[in-house]
Formats: sequence, structure tokens, C-alpha cells
Amino acid sequence: MTDLFSKFDPVIELRRSLLASGVTDPFSLVMERVLSPTVAVCNGRETILLGTYNYMGMTFDADVIAAGKQALDEYGSGTTGSRVLNGTYAGHRDVEEALKEFYAMDHAMVFSTGYQANLGIISTMAGKGDYIVLDIDSHASIWDGCKLGDAEVVPFKHNDIEAMEKRLKRIPEGAGKLVILEGVYSMLGDIAPLKEMIAVAKANGAMVLVDEAHSMGFIGPNGRGVAEDQGVLDDVDFVIGTFSKSVGTVGGFCVSNHPKFEILRLVCRPYVFTASLPPSVVATAATSIRKLMHGNDKRAHLWENSRTLHAGLKDRGFQLGTDIPQSAIIAVIMPDLEKGAAMWEALLREGLYVNLARPPATPANMTLLRCSLCAEHSASQVQTIIGMFERAGKAVGIV
Amino acid sequence: MIDRAATADRIAAILAPFNKKGVAVTDASTFAGDLEFDSLTVMDFVAAIEDEFDIIISMNQQAVIENYGQLIDAVVKLRG
Repeated sequence: MTDLFSKFDPVIELRRSLLASGVTDPFSLVMERVLSPTVAVCNGRETILLGTYNYMGMTFDADVIAAGKQALDEYGSGTTGSRVLNGTYAGHRDVEEALKEFYAMDHAMVFSTGYQANLGIISTMAGKGDYIVLDIDSHASIWDGCKLGDAEVVPFKHNDIEAMEKRLKRIPEGAGKLVILEGVYSMLGDIAPLKEMIAVAKANGAMVLVDEAHSMGFIGPNGRGVAEDQGVLDDVDFVIGTFSKSVGTVGGFCVSNHPKFEILRLVCRPYVFTASLPPSVVATAATSIRKLMHGNDKRAHLWENSRTLHAGLKDRGFQLGTDIPQSAIIAVIMPDLEKGAAMWEALLREGLYVNLARPPATPANMTLLRCSLCAEHSASQVQTIIGMFERAGKAVGIV
Repeated sequence: MIDRAATADRIAAILAPFNKKGVAVTDASTFAGDLEFDSLTVMDFVAAIEDEFDIIISMNQQAVIENYGQLIDAVVKLRG
């Protein structure tokens, strides 16, 4: 018998050798208690959270929690059904209304996760004979959506407008074209030149899908994302987003002005063949989304946090993913996985949690310590964080 | 088969800078095994081939190209 698990041997060995060096396993951390959007108890000690994507800190918002509790009482713990059968409650419709208000768009479709939103929309829209042209640094859910569908998949170099244009021009006459971009790329925290890229996509007859998972709530005048910030949201055919970042719960969505959009509810398998979100989740999401529409002060504070942390780490000699802060993600580039894991552990001992990101999730095989800021981080917490980085970086020998 | 030979020459010229270890390349040489291409090298190499011949080699097509000979055949066919 061939052991089907033998294909995982290289990963097993990599993990074994990493743990053999004595570091704590970076991929099995437990949050024992969560005290606020920015503080949890890990290994018995209070830890500042700097790797949660909880950008707007909505997870402990009093109105959000009250809405969830009320929905639990009134609708029960779960729907036990698909959106197209018994799984659409008033709350599911309401959160779709909230999204339509938030984006000022005609249609909104809510999925059980952001991953499923990309999986479903991409694989359903782009079929046999169609072409998907996408950035090579796209999120795993986008790649998996491509893999699940039957379209021809054509990647281009990250944020390279000319490389994208060349590929679009080579697509056979008459074929359907979908260009897939992200507003913020989550590994390095850099943004896309959407204005230029969308203009090129449109000039070449492509429909455009933009994943704004890491920008919703705080980039753009109304927090609609990078496309809004660059003044091109009207040219985006489909925006994909998530409830598991700024919104502060779980779920995914697609919003669009396409006149035939609603048919996707019947033909999109990752939407049809899974249970819908629990009533408490959609209630918290709807409340949070409506509050995010009025979050100007929080947005401003989040940007200030991002600028402060970026400048502080740069000053102390850390190598960062972007020259200037472009989002609420600050990626600190590590020399290798071993040093990265050691630094991650040293920070945890200091009382700071960040994401350790490693290949294949990262571009160019980099090991990254990814920091995502929250609007609820206080200015003094950010200073504390910079001090922790400095001490840990010196202890590990990175700065 | 003149076209195949001429195409092969152009591909060989593009491959040279990517063949860092100077592996002796035959039609049977595999990209992942013999040439030790990682995913980043594959992307840059494919982009260079696409630009040279003004073609698209989609991920779907790349998935069935394992060795050097198959690449030449695919490029000849795509130029059709």
C-alpha cells in the first residue's frame, strides 16, 4: 500500500527540524482568554495582539455584541440549512442590505466565509474557454477559485501593469476575460495601482474583480477600499470582501452592479451547497457594517498607528515590506525561517503576538513577521510594541 | 521540422540564464527535477518565453509541460 501521506514528508521534516531547534511551535498558539480587540492571554500572560486583522476593533463593540445576543435569543444558534433552502433568515437579508448601503451598490451576496466568496464567484463566473488574468501574489482563495473552475488561468508579475496588458492583448478574440486584483496584498501590506490597472483591463474588454478584504472599513473616503480611494470603484464589476477583518466576525461577500448578478445564487455551488451563517453572526456583521460607515475618527487613528509603527521599526533598523505605510499591515522581513521563528518567539515572550508568515504563502520565498494594526491600539501601546521589537530584535541578532 | 529547430534555438537562448547550474539540457530534461526550477523561476521563465513568442502559456497548459521537449512542442503548437 502506498501511504498517501508520504507526499507531506518534506513539510513534516521542515516542522520537525524547526521545533528541534527549541522554538515554540508558531502554528499552535492558543488564546486562552481574549480581553479586548488588542489584548489576549496566551501561555498565561497578557499579550498585545498585533496580528489579527481586527483593523477596526469591532469584536467587542457593545452594539455589535448586543445585536448578536438578541439574534441568538430570537433566532437560535444556527440555520442548519443552505441559503437557497431553509437558511435565509431576516438577518441574512438585512446584512446584504447593509452591504448595499455601505458600498452604494445594487447587489450583495453573503457567503459563509471570505474564502468561499472567492471560490464561488471566480469558479462560477469564469468557465471553459474564458480567461482569468490575475496577479501572481493573489490570495490562496483566489487561486483555489481558479482551480475549481475551468477557465484558462494566466498570471502576471505582481502589480506589473505592462505584464498584465501584454497578456490581455494575447487572449484570443471573443473569449471572456476576468481580471482579478486585490486592493491591499496581505503579505507585504502594499496596495495595487488599481486606477491604471483597471483602465487597462477595461480598454481590453475585461470584467474586473477586486478583493478588498484588507481595506474595507478604513481605506477610501467611505471605507469602501482602495478602488474607492483611487476613484475607480465605479469601474469595478465585482468587489469581494470578508466579515473576518474590519467587520469583526466571520463570513464573506460579493457586491456588484451587474444586472444579472442575482442568478449567481442559483448557480454558485460554494453558495448553494453549504449551510448559511448563524443568525448571531449576520446580526453582528450588519450592526458592525453600519457602524463602520461612520468610523472616520477610528480610521484616522488607525492610519496614525500604522505610520507610527512603520517609522519606529524603520528607525530601529528593521527591513520592512514597503518603503512607506500603505495599509494597516506592516510586514517585517526576516532573514530566514529559523531567525523568523526565533524572533516570533522572542516577541511572544515580550508579550506581543504577530503573524509568522512563511513560504509558500509569502512572495519570493520570504519569511515575514506580519503586523496588523487596530484602531483600538492606543498610541502608548504602539510605543510599547516598538520597544518590544527593539529588545527582541537585539536578542535574536536581527538589528 | 525547421520551425521546431528554430524555435528550440530561441528557447535555448532564453533558458541559458535560468540554467544556473549549467545542466546539460535535452528534450527529456525536467524543469522541476533536472533544472531545479522553483515556482518563482518558473514564473519568470514562462513570462520570458511568452514575451519572446507573443503567446500565452496558461497555468492549465503549464501543468502538462514537465520537460524541455514538451515545452518546445507546446510553443510550436501555440504559434500555430
